Amino acid sequence: MISAGRRRKLSEAIDGYLFISPWLIIFAIFSVISLGYAVYLSFTSYNLLRPPEWHGLEGYQRVLNDELFMTKALPNTFKFVLIVVPIQTALSLVLAFTMDQKLRYRRFFRTVFYLPSVTSSVVISLIFVWLFAPQGIFNQITGLTNNWLNDPATAFYVIMGLNIFTTAGTLMLIFLAGLQDISSTIYEASEIDGANAVQKFFYITIPMLRPVIFFVVTVGVIGCFQVFDQIFIMTAGGPLDSTTTITYLIYKWAFRDTTIKMGQAASLAVILTFIILVVTLLQRRVIEGSGSSAER
Amino acid sequence: MTTTPTTTPDSGFGWFLFFVRIRQTVFKIIFYAILIAWALFSIAPLYFTLVFSFKPVVDAYAPPIWWPTPFTLDNYQTILGTFDLFPRWVVNSINISLVVTLLRVLFCAMAGYAFARIEFPLKKILFNVLLVSMMMPGIVTLIPSFLIIGPGLVRGGLTLGDLAIPTGFGLLDSHWAVILPGVADAFGVFMMTQFYKSFPRELEEAAVMDGSGRWSTFFRIVLPISQTQLLTLGLLTFQGAWNNFLWPLIVLRSPENFTLPIGLQWFRGEYYTLYSVVLAGSLFNTLPILIIFFIFQRYFIRSVASTGSKEG
Repeated sequence: MISAGRRRKLSEAIDGYLFISPWLIIFAIFSVISLGYAVYLSFTSYNLLRPPEWHGLEGYQRVLNDELFMTKALPNTFKFVLIVVPIQTALSLVLAFTMDQKLRYRRFFRTVFYLPSVTSSVVISLIFVWLFAPQGIFNQITGLTNNWLNDPATAFYVIMGLNIFTTAGTLMLIFLAGLQDISSTIYEASEIDGANAVQKFFYITIPMLRPVIFFVVTVGVIGCFQVFDQIFIMTAGGPLDSTTTITYLIYKWAFRDTTIKMGQAASLAVILTFIILVVTLLQRRVIEGSGSSAER
Repeated sequence: MTTTPTTTPDSGFGWFLFFVRIRQTVFKIIFYAILIAWALFSIAPLYFTLVFSFKPVVDAYAPPIWWPTPFTLDNYQTILGTFDLFPRWVVNSINISLVVTLLRVLFCAMAGYAFARIEFPLKKILFNVLLVSMMMPGIVTLIPSFLIIGPGLVRGGLTLGDLAIPTGFGLLDSHWAVILPGVADAFGVFMMTQFYKSFPRELEEAAVMDGSGRWSTFFRIVLPISQTQLLTLGLLTFQGAWNNFLWPLIVLRSPENFTLPIGLQWFRGEYYTLYSVVLAGSLFNTLPILIIFFIFQRYFIRSVASTGSKEG
């Protein structure tokens, strides 16, 4: 005999699993099993034609000996993160701080600033390809004659610029929400002490926003390490591999090259995951260590 | 030097106020300058796209750049009339995005509700797995997900005696290949769980007292009262699905199955001389999201803001 209490508990457990099952099944397949299989694949070589062959750490070794990875994709990816993340964070913070002043037409500006973020990465990339063509509008306005996207010296910077341009709006909104949580009495008190806008920004806004800054930088780092769409559309990794990043290389090895290297691509994907994990943890220590209060 | 006897402390203070006011005005001018400059930057690409979508194909790079002269509707005619793949891509994109949005929002609400309200074994562990998976970069599951959707993890399938267990869905080049992985989302479940946790139980309890079961309580009471949250998650999902690129790029093969972003990119490759048509087509990808954004601006901003404040 099952007691009424236990029966109720059992029926509750069944209900619980019925409620989560649609999500759980898909999640288990495409996240949990997928992750496990990615790790397995990273120890094999696999070209889709024959079953994966176990090679142990050889796949990782091949990645680390790959010239395209070591001399292009790896440094390019770090360069991308190190340039884009600070600029987009600073820019969106300044924009949010400016928006937080009691100015007119704030709603209008907020809407306009968010426009580039609403536009899809594909569309905005297609537009930038056209804007930065040799006879494109950018050259017409500036009077320059560069072939921006076909020049290894400039192509990557155009893509970086595009990324900063499209993410600034989203990040600004996140900062703005954080700013509005800062009580106005702190600002008022500082005004009585004669603080100007610049001082308020550096001595109140930035310290108070530390947790939000951490979040924005984390999102930025994770996103930038995985930059793909813009590169695929604007340069396809070229010219002379100057815009090849890790994610693009994973795609190239697994889906684009004539000799499919899914095992090696999986090794690189695992390596990238570790890089992101380590950088995120390091960055957390830097941001939280640099000030006294990280509490919120 | 204040040698004149007429100087009082009062007028000195007046000067101080005057100085403060000037400083405020200077800052105000700087602030407006920043805002206007970035606003111009933000609008420029879309503005030029709009202008050139109304200019003839041969003028894709020709001045004037500020106004569409000579004016033509040819590009839009090409898209909507002569090039019949284009309307298909729009329909495909709408279908896929809507199905993904509806299913994901429903599944996330159900799972979130269960995590917040129902006791079941392994709940804590499952929720922790969910939290960890939110930190995982999507690229690492790309290859296995492709194998699962398509040819299968194990070539030829697993066999257990006579029983053949398929390890892949064999859905490549179909819309379900795009939809299926999109309907489960860790962040959405997390968001709904937090929401239901902070939500008063009284209403549900009243319904249960009236003899309503858990399922009917969920669909008749819980879902309706969480519509704001569902809408927020829905908008976020729709925007993501509508603009999604890498995954559909990998699983879709034939042009008639493409979504709009994949189609535009493909069209650009096939007809690279028709850039004005690409621009006009780009607007079709942007406009719906833009309209939805204007209607639901409040929720969009809420959704973005909530991603930041919940984490910190």
